[in-house]
Amino acid sequence: MKSLLEILKTEGPVDPDEIAIRLGRTRDEVEAELESLRQEGILLRYSALVNWEAAPDLKKVYAFINVSATPEHGRGFDKVAEYVSQFEEVHSLYLMSGGADLCVVVEGRDFRDIARFVAEKLAPTPGVTSTSTSFVLKTYKMEGVSLMAESKNSRLAVTP
Amino acid sequence: MPSPGLRSSRLAIDLPPSGIREFFDLVSGREDVISLGVGEPDFSTPWKICDEAIDGLRRGYTSYTSNWGMSELREALAADLHHRHGLTYDPADQILATNGVSEGLDLAMRALLDPGDEVIVPEPCFVAYKPAVLLAGGRPVVVETRVEDSFKLRPEAVEAAITPRTRALMISYPNNPTGAVMSREELLPLAELAEKHDLVVISDEIYAYLTYVGTHTGFASLPGMQERTILLDGFSKAYAMTGWRLGYAAGPAHLLESMMRIHSYTAMSAPTMAQIGAIEALRHGSQDVQYMVGHYNQRRRLLLAGYKRLDLPCFEPGGAFYTFPSIAHTGLTSAEFSSRLLFEENVAAVPGTAFGACGEGYLRCTYATHLDLLKEALVRIGHLLERLGCAGTGADPESV
Ligand SMILES: Cc1ncc(COP(=O)(O)O)c(C=O)c1O
Repeated sequence: MKSLLEILKTEGPVDPDEIAIRLGRTRDEVEAELESLRQEGILLRYSALVNWEAAPDLKKVYAFINVSATPEHGRGFDKVAEYVSQFEEVHSLYLMSGGADLCVVVEGRDFRDIARFVAEKLAPTPGVTSTSTSFVLKTYKMEGVSLMAESKNSRLAVTP
Repeated sequence: MPSPGLRSSRLAIDLPPSGIREFFDLVSGREDVISLGVGEPDFSTPWKICDEAIDGLRRGYTSYTSNWGMSELREALAADLHHRHGLTYDPADQILATNGVSEGLDLAMRALLDPGDEVIVPEPCFVAYKPAVLLAGGRPVVVETRVEDSFKLRPEAVEAAITPRTRALMISYPNNPTGAVMSREELLPLAELAEKHDLVVISDEIYAYLTYVGTHTGFASLPGMQERTILLDGFSKAYAMTGWRLGYAAGPAHLLESMMRIHSYTAMSAPTMAQIGAIEALRHGSQDVQYMVGHYNQRRRLLLAGYKRLDLPCFEPGGAFYTFPSIAHTGLTSAEFSSRLLFEENVAAVPGTAFGACGEGYLRCTYATHLDLLKEALVRIGHLLERLGCAGTGADPESV
């Protein structure tokens, strides 16, 4: 299952026939496993890894916002998290250990966009007591992929 | 013409050029070649290994080490050998750090052979075995392995090649170029022969970690074999460290002492930063090895399935990162096929003959190459086969 997920994670929707060959399984086995991965909510969807910074016209700005919030009896931070997660600006949302309670990753067109979202939407959310916003200035690596100029592979074409 | 006083030695002049070298000269300068001709990983060395070596340089580890290698490295190797083969080697005088298996091989031959002594060399094999014997003044005696035996070494064939001059038997599984592996049961009769004829076995196990079918058996772990086996292994393949030049030899103290003495004059010590990196590899590299092995295995299966679709006969390799398909049915020789493949389809694969005369009719195709390139290479091989009238009856090669 791990190798199947690793293939899907790095290569996207690969033809089950090919997966079967590469993993030494049958197509039926692979399809059954894919189905159960979907059923169990492990495989959510296929998506492309996009480097927005390389597309000047489509540039997006990201910010990591540490949020402190008041926990609720019996529900902890789930309710406030559920509320915050509804905003379309929220790209991902995590419960954190350490100083802050939640980490909200926000996506916007520009810095002002995000500043407005924090001031007008996130900070006033019931239960949120403070926010601390850090903007992403440059992406070096995402999802395990380095965005820096790779050194050319220096292997010779033929070796013993 | 340089004057006669500037000539090379007889030995150097007579040394046959490597078939790899000749083929390399054909390939170099061409653009957009998909190379299946490479005998090394396409992964970079895991970063944590590089990081330790860099840190070592920063901390000033820039001197020679002991001739044997750093004691920390030899202790880590002893632990690793115990873990992998269940064997106890004394780091003090039974393990020698070398400049790759290449140097270990050279040292083993020089330490063992007197002029005219014979070494049994199974072919097809890694290109350096025969020259190593020759350079040490010995005589290589070739024993051919055959596809009908799955390229395993037949004990009868070995026994027939043994003479009173035979000193050593060279063994190398998983094998370059065939990818063949040999199981414990299959190796046992060879161990008996070594015992019976009082031979040293030089076992090159550099691909041991890259075993996909069954589990690797270290030759020294067979009954009675530790005392007559020189194990050669290294970091080049399993840890993707070819450029670091680090390997090691492990074996009986008296032979290792001799090898160390030669090494102390010809190399002094193995590269210090490589030794530091190797310690990290041994301590924390096993996940990285597993990751790479998993990927090689996927590629191995994909390539074999591709050959099947093209009706290209290929023995199923159980280890290393090579396939050794047969092209005999095309009517071309290995050299003809591989140069047509290169010039017409821009795919480089080494003619089997580079690894011994019995490699005629075969090609060595490496799968230490990105999957997408392997798929494209299959398509191109399919095109050549089609032009030769030998295309597969199976599905369209474009649909991997
Ligand atoms: C079977 C075999 N032995 C030894 C070597 C050389 O290894 P090293 O880089 O440790 O000198 C190779 C490299 O291709 C090989 O295939």
